[in-house]
Amino acid sequence: MGILVNDKDVVVPGEILAEGMDFVPSGDVFRDGEKLVSGRWGLVSVSGRILKLIPLSGKYVPKRNDLVIGTIENVGISGWRIDIGCAFSASLLLRDATQEFIERGADLSKFYDVGDYVMCQIVKTSGPKIIDVSMKGPGLRKLGPGKLLKVAPAKVPRIIGKQGSMISMIKEMTDCKISVGQNGIIWLVGEDPKKELTAVDAINLIERESHISGLTDKVKELLEKRK
Amino acid sequence: MSYTKRFSGRKFDELRPFEAKVGVVKRADGSAMFKIGSTIAIASVYGPRELYPQFLQDPKKGVLRCNYNMVAFSGSGDRVKPGPSRRSKEIGLVTEKALLPFIDLSDFGGAVVDVFIELIQTDAGTRCAGINAAALALAHAGIPMKDLVSAVAVGKIEDKLVVDLDYEEDSHEIGVDIPLAMSTRTGEISLLQMDGIISVEEVKNCVENARKACEKIKEVQVKALKEFYGLEAKK
Repeated sequence: MGILVNDKDVVVPGEILAEGMDFVPSGDVFRDGEKLVSGRWGLVSVSGRILKLIPLSGKYVPKRNDLVIGTIENVGISGWRIDIGCAFSASLLLRDATQEFIERGADLSKFYDVGDYVMCQIVKTSGPKIIDVSMKGPGLRKLGPGKLLKVAPAKVPRIIGKQGSMISMIKEMTDCKISVGQNGIIWLVGEDPKKELTAVDAINLIERESHISGLTDKVKELLEKRK
Repeated sequence: MSYTKRFSGRKFDELRPFEAKVGVVKRADGSAMFKIGSTIAIASVYGPRELYPQFLQDPKKGVLRCNYNMVAFSGSGDRVKPGPSRRSKEIGLVTEKALLPFIDLSDFGGAVVDVFIELIQTDAGTRCAGINAAALALAHAGIPMKDLVSAVAVGKIEDKLVVDLDYEEDSHEIGVDIPLAMSTRTGEISLLQMDGIISVEEVKNCVENARKACEKIKEVQVKALKEFYGLEAKK
């Protein structure tokens, strides 16, 4: 009886995490009779009596108000379709696209063309297929040419760091412009290709070792070595 | 006639040496390899992604598609003709039915999860190896699952009940082959096929043998997923 795993343990689907009614299942943990069972491959998170999982892989699940980075997939007659790394593409409607006035019958590809990278915000999700994004808001913009990296969405908080400490350290030491979307897509561009590669390596390091403490020092060491 | 010693020299309830590995196909959303004896299955998972043509979509839940393929010179017999065949379509279908009760696609209405199983080397027990690899690959891809599915072939050769038949046993004249997939946590069986003549009592014993074998296979599957996380961190 009681809990059978520790906080931050790696668990697999079907693994029994706790027995009895003392614990409550949340996100990706389900109850099967007296047992709490893991429903995904992930890390256990125990907070009080609540057991939940931090998934280690999987597609991004869109949430309202998330800031995400996407690629324009298609230009339609009344909006754009954007690939934001989840199962379905998001739609950007004309009214949410820009502050500028768009004339009737205007060529929409002048604003955003296929292949452009954009930073947008999810304004509505209803069901898995309907995802609406907006480009109106602070920081929402077309991103211009650059590199796109994909990381697991669960690792984004670690890449950003406490109050943005990690990402600003990488930005400062590599002179790169970096934007991180909550969907796990990272856009970066730098003047020096070598420094750009260093930034990519640093981000990959954070993704691999996101569960280890003292990560900031490790990243700092890597950045200083490659300076 | 009596089958006193197995062709391979194994005990009657002994599995061939087996191993599992996760993350073998870098570009896939999830992938895994399962090797048992000389049979090697590689499964890769892509998705959930939008399903086309649209009429195949189910708005209430995602669709699972499994594709089984034996590589041209994978077996000890004739060259396998590339492309889909009656056999590969059937095995793709039973694999799908074996996995579906244990995966939850209710959040992915209108989407598809594609599983591609490639058999690069075969020595019987391919559908079971495929299911073992596919279950691991689905877990690696982050698909919500109720349990990891484990599968093994059991059967009867002459008068003896055996576990994990190899090609020599599989093609024995007086033999029964029962591929079986199950969740060891709940005990639910999601695949049970059979050819040959066998009594009810013997089938029950075969299922019991399979349950014990699946527990051993599951241990290796769990270890592969846990170790993969450790290895990624060490790189």
